[in-house]
Amino acid sequence: MDFDFLINNFVGLTVTGLALGAIYALVALGYTMVYGVLQLINFAHSEVFMYGTFAVAWVFVFFHGKQADTQGLGSALPLLAVSLVAAMLLSAAIALLLERVAYRPVLKRNAPRLMALISAIGASFVLAEVMGLRNRFAGWFGLDDDLDNYVAKARDVYSNPVTIQPEGLFSIGDYAVKDVDVLVLGAALLMMVALDQFVRRTRFGRGIRAVAQDPESAALMGVNSTRVVQVTFLIGGLMAGAAATLYMIKIGATRQNAGFILGVKAFTAAVLGGIGNLRGALLGGLLLGVMENYGSALFGSEWKDVVAFVLLILILLVRPSGLLGESLGKARA
Amino acid sequence: MIRTTRSWRAAAAAAAAGLTLAACGTSEDSGNGGNGGSDAGGDGGECTEQNLAFLGATTGDAGALGLNMVYGIETALEEYNQDADCKVNLKQFDSQGNPEKAPALATQIVNDQTIIGLIGPGFSGESLATGKTFFEAGLPSISPSATNVTITEQGWTTWHRVIGNDNAQGEADAKYLLETVGAKKVYVVDDAQDYSVGLANVVKKGLGDAMIGSDQIQVGQTDMSAVVQKVTSSGADAVFYGGYYTEAGLLAKQLGQSGFKGTFMSGDGAQDPAFVEVAGKAADGAMLSAPAGPAPSDFAQKVKDVTGNDAGLYTTQSYDAANIFLAAIDDGASSPEEINEFIGGYTEDGVSGPITFDDKGDIEQTTIYVYKVANGELDVENPEPIE
Repeated sequence: MDFDFLINNFVGLTVTGLALGAIYALVALGYTMVYGVLQLINFAHSEVFMYGTFAVAWVFVFFHGKQADTQGLGSALPLLAVSLVAAMLLSAAIALLLERVAYRPVLKRNAPRLMALISAIGASFVLAEVMGLRNRFAGWFGLDDDLDNYVAKARDVYSNPVTIQPEGLFSIGDYAVKDVDVLVLGAALLMMVALDQFVRRTRFGRGIRAVAQDPESAALMGVNSTRVVQVTFLIGGLMAGAAATLYMIKIGATRQNAGFILGVKAFTAAVLGGIGNLRGALLGGLLLGVMENYGSALFGSEWKDVVAFVLLILILLVRPSGLLGESLGKARA
Repeated sequence: MIRTTRSWRAAAAAAAAGLTLAACGTSEDSGNGGNGGSDAGGDGGECTEQNLAFLGATTGDAGALGLNMVYGIETALEEYNQDADCKVNLKQFDSQGNPEKAPALATQIVNDQTIIGLIGPGFSGESLATGKTFFEAGLPSISPSATNVTITEQGWTTWHRVIGNDNAQGEADAKYLLETVGAKKVYVVDDAQDYSVGLANVVKKGLGDAMIGSDQIQVGQTDMSAVVQKVTSSGADAVFYGGYYTEAGLLAKQLGQSGFKGTFMSGDGAQDPAFVEVAGKAADGAMLSAPAGPAPSDFAQKVKDVTGNDAGLYTTQSYDAANIFLAAIDDGASSPEEINEFIGGYTEDGVSGPITFDDKGDIEQTTIYVYKVANGELDVENPEPIE
């Protein structure tokens, strides 16, 4: 166990861990919102995120071309803004499509909840494979040559040609905190606060909470529960799109199965913080990101998932409903 | 009523059996590919049908590598068949590189009496999973690409490869880092896969005291911040990575983003243009070793003419492997034992280099090449041989 390394690099490990954790948290929101409203785990949410990452890379390839380049955060900002919009739109569209195709027909027929779970897993496979076979779909329309930059080697890793070069912003001790990490953390926190306020303060937020608490009573009180579910998916998709942009700033490469591992981590974060709880998702995500880094430092990187999941089990043993185990419906306005 | 039920069951069972048989037939057909033995033995009259088998990935994630091999074999067969009395054809068996799919195909291959030799298996995992089957059936095989050290330590006397193993590559890589690059402190990272750990361990041994630390990541890991911090805080002037191109690219990129200025080196698992695509500008200066040199230019043209496709990594090796079997047939070897004996005594210069096998089936003499990345491109034409 390498305590010296952990102590000497504590600030750096914490900052990079928090930044990754913020991305987990944004994706975790999608799981937690849908669970809060429907008591269902939307396993296809990882694919919603994955489509967002591709949207970011496509925007850069479209406006910048395929040639590799390195830019600071400042000069890449205009394109990042465009790709943020594109990723949020695409992810939201995929999330709405999911709700329409994989959830609403199943729930409308009052099928057991398990059915919706299975249809979500199926949808997840379909979405990932559609991305992995996109060159063939383009080929059907004879577009594979025109779209070569976007679809070639569809199952392989696909990267943003522009590498975002982080710059030191300020120092804590002898560690220079990078602007990219600050941006990722700041943007994620900002979105969290906005969403939290939306759910707590607005009329629509009250609708969401009402449906989460008791769908039938909410319907009797005039809440359009179909619309509420739709908006829940929409919000989850928007947040996943934002997470995808931040992920691409930090990592810069994606592939058709990139959602899987990140989805598992985000779901873990949601459970860790208390599934159905927005603030819990934030806490769980940040904690998971930091713990993974500490675990890597102490035991070696091959143990980072072990450390993260042992932590999860320990917390669930003590607090079975997660750290802030309070459901969406019970959140006080 | 009971009778009826029973007969229904019997009918259902028969139908199921029919379906299974039909399924077998289909898969065998697809195994034949377009090169079924229709014209084998057609001329001459006394010819018996002779086929070579290829076992490896021709679809799936690593399908491109398997196709590179198939093109090499097809080129060799085309040349041979032009003026041969008895034609030799290729039967392809697509394992998708999956060690779980390969054993069933291996059984098909050893039960096919027309197959006299196997080119493959393509990868180390499937080689270890099928080696016993081929050895017990006595079918000689030559792999163009499986480099794991332990395969030739199993005592499978029918198993050969025309490519240097990971020991040869790891030793050469360590030597190159110390002597040519002049690295004093090397940090070694791998991704915990069989190939990667094997290669990284040989490199660690070769580096000796120059190795100042090591870490292990996971396949599919994208955030390398902890490893990057370990490398930079260790003051390393070089990093060796054992693994494949995606993680290698991400590691090189994130090292570059952290301001690491040392040398990045990896093995043949990362020797792919996709490494450069992932790593971006950080790939410049990276060194990727492989136990395979570039194809001679006239050979590349030949492959293009015959197959309509470009030669790639392992095309030269598979061309050479096919030619060894064809030379055995020309030499009059007909039984698997005779062919195996012929391979053991084979000494020729192939397009991939001089070929002689030691008693374990490893190639005696092998050159490891270092491919360099410059100006955002992996230079596959002019690698530097490690002497």
